[in-house]
Amino acid sequence: MVQEQELETLDINVNMGPQHPSTHGVFRMVLTIDGERVMDVEPHVGYMHRGAEKLSESMDYRQALGYQDRTEYLAQFLAEHAYCLAVEKLLGLEVPERAEYIRVILCELNRITSHFMFLGAFGVDVGIFGTVFTYAFREREYIQDIFEEVTGERLMYGYFRPGGVVWDLPDNFVQRVQEVLPHTRQGVKDIDLLLTDNEILAARSRGVGAMNAEDAIDWGLTGPLLRACGVPWDLRKDRPYSIYDRFEFDIPVGQYGDVYDRYLVRLEEIRQSIRIVEQALEQLPEGPILPEKLPRRLRAPEAEVYAAVEAARGEYGIYIVSKGGDKPYRLKIRSPSFSNLSALPQMTIGSYVADVVAILGSIDIVLCDVDR
Amino acid sequence: MIGILKGMYVTLSTMLRKPVTIQYPSTHREVAERDRAFPILLWDSEVVEPFCTGCHACERACPVECMTVTMKDNPLHAEGKSKRRKIVDQFWIDYGRCMRCNICVEVCNFEAIAMNNTWAGHELSKYNRDSLVLDLDQLLAQHKQGKIKAWVAE
Repeated sequence: MVQEQELETLDINVNMGPQHPSTHGVFRMVLTIDGERVMDVEPHVGYMHRGAEKLSESMDYRQALGYQDRTEYLAQFLAEHAYCLAVEKLLGLEVPERAEYIRVILCELNRITSHFMFLGAFGVDVGIFGTVFTYAFREREYIQDIFEEVTGERLMYGYFRPGGVVWDLPDNFVQRVQEVLPHTRQGVKDIDLLLTDNEILAARSRGVGAMNAEDAIDWGLTGPLLRACGVPWDLRKDRPYSIYDRFEFDIPVGQYGDVYDRYLVRLEEIRQSIRIVEQALEQLPEGPILPEKLPRRLRAPEAEVYAAVEAARGEYGIYIVSKGGDKPYRLKIRSPSFSNLSALPQMTIGSYVADVVAILGSIDIVLCDVDR
Repeated sequence: MIGILKGMYVTLSTMLRKPVTIQYPSTHREVAERDRAFPILLWDSEVVEPFCTGCHACERACPVECMTVTMKDNPLHAEGKSKRRKIVDQFWIDYGRCMRCNICVEVCNFEAIAMNNTWAGHELSKYNRDSLVLDLDQLLAQHKQGKIKAWVAE
């Protein structure tokens, strides 16, 4: 019998993507595999590059808003919020109370839809095909209907404006949201029952792609990925922006930082978002939605600002350099998906090929957000 | 085992739930009042002319430059029938470029443009891109026939 050591083995390069169904968009990985083990991963990004940052330089502060939706297309309100916060900081605009509440309600509902999208797609990634996807989408659609009633659009809302929001809410908004929240709660419960104790999910995700807290911080992870590693870092609590300091909510954290913990953290985040929405609906004041003296053309002073929000995937930041005038000199988007995705080699090297799909699913990337 | 039982419980308890899906081409769901399809021009039926004066405000504000407008002297003003000294001569909107951001509606001083909030604004499949460039008559047609719902963007 030949000793195993005497045989020469070759690592194979396998191309995963760009059209692979589990890459959530157009993303390519070159895996170097030894049998079933992943020895190296080389991610290739840029297939979805539209130049959103460069385009913003040729548009004034109002026009560029439309492009924020198109980078983060699953949590559009949160991206718009970050952009509006940055412009407001730059121009020194004061946002009316009611507009702040409207923004918070819509942002948190948007976080819920985004996480439902994750739960659905994640179920597919770990091999529970279809079932969770349809459950999650059913509940997501109820909230999507509210967005449509408020903004008139299904996907690219363009509803926030520097200084406030464009229109007031429809008259029956509060009632509509209160109708939908029980559905959402039931949806979370259903998915919890379907997935949390599921043996397939546990086998596919427990201990897979684990990261410790130090590594996670070094790689610049934010959002649910960082919290799954046990670091209770949430911009809404730690650097309160808008009016988040007025609400009571908890920050769920994980223990091991593996794929299973990331799923649990997101599930709990939906529940916390429901809590915030309920509190905000109770406190929703009457009043104007845009500042009284809003100039038609927004002219900025010479300055540099950075504003960030806790988006569904982590810290979504906008950095604007202004040299005066009505256009930014440079606009940089700090997108959570890109930073989180950069830690992919750290998570995947040493695991099985099949786990790569689960790990990539758990990062919950939006490719338009990665490539901008 | 517990996981499977819990899963079965959810499956069975939701088995008799009513479906929420709609068989799309045969049934249409109601679009929201604020629905934003593509921009159309509004028709002033009292004076029998478009509201648009061709002032280029929307053309300049459009982020994707999908509009082309020209202006002319208003013949009805010379006859004393209209208060508008200038009126739109030609108006093209390229629906293939439009990103439905609503900015043209916001900057309009004459409330002459609105986002289409009917199904007609959504089902626009064409065989070539050129037919997505709509001219003045096509843009006015829908409001002329009264086929637009009440809510026109503020």
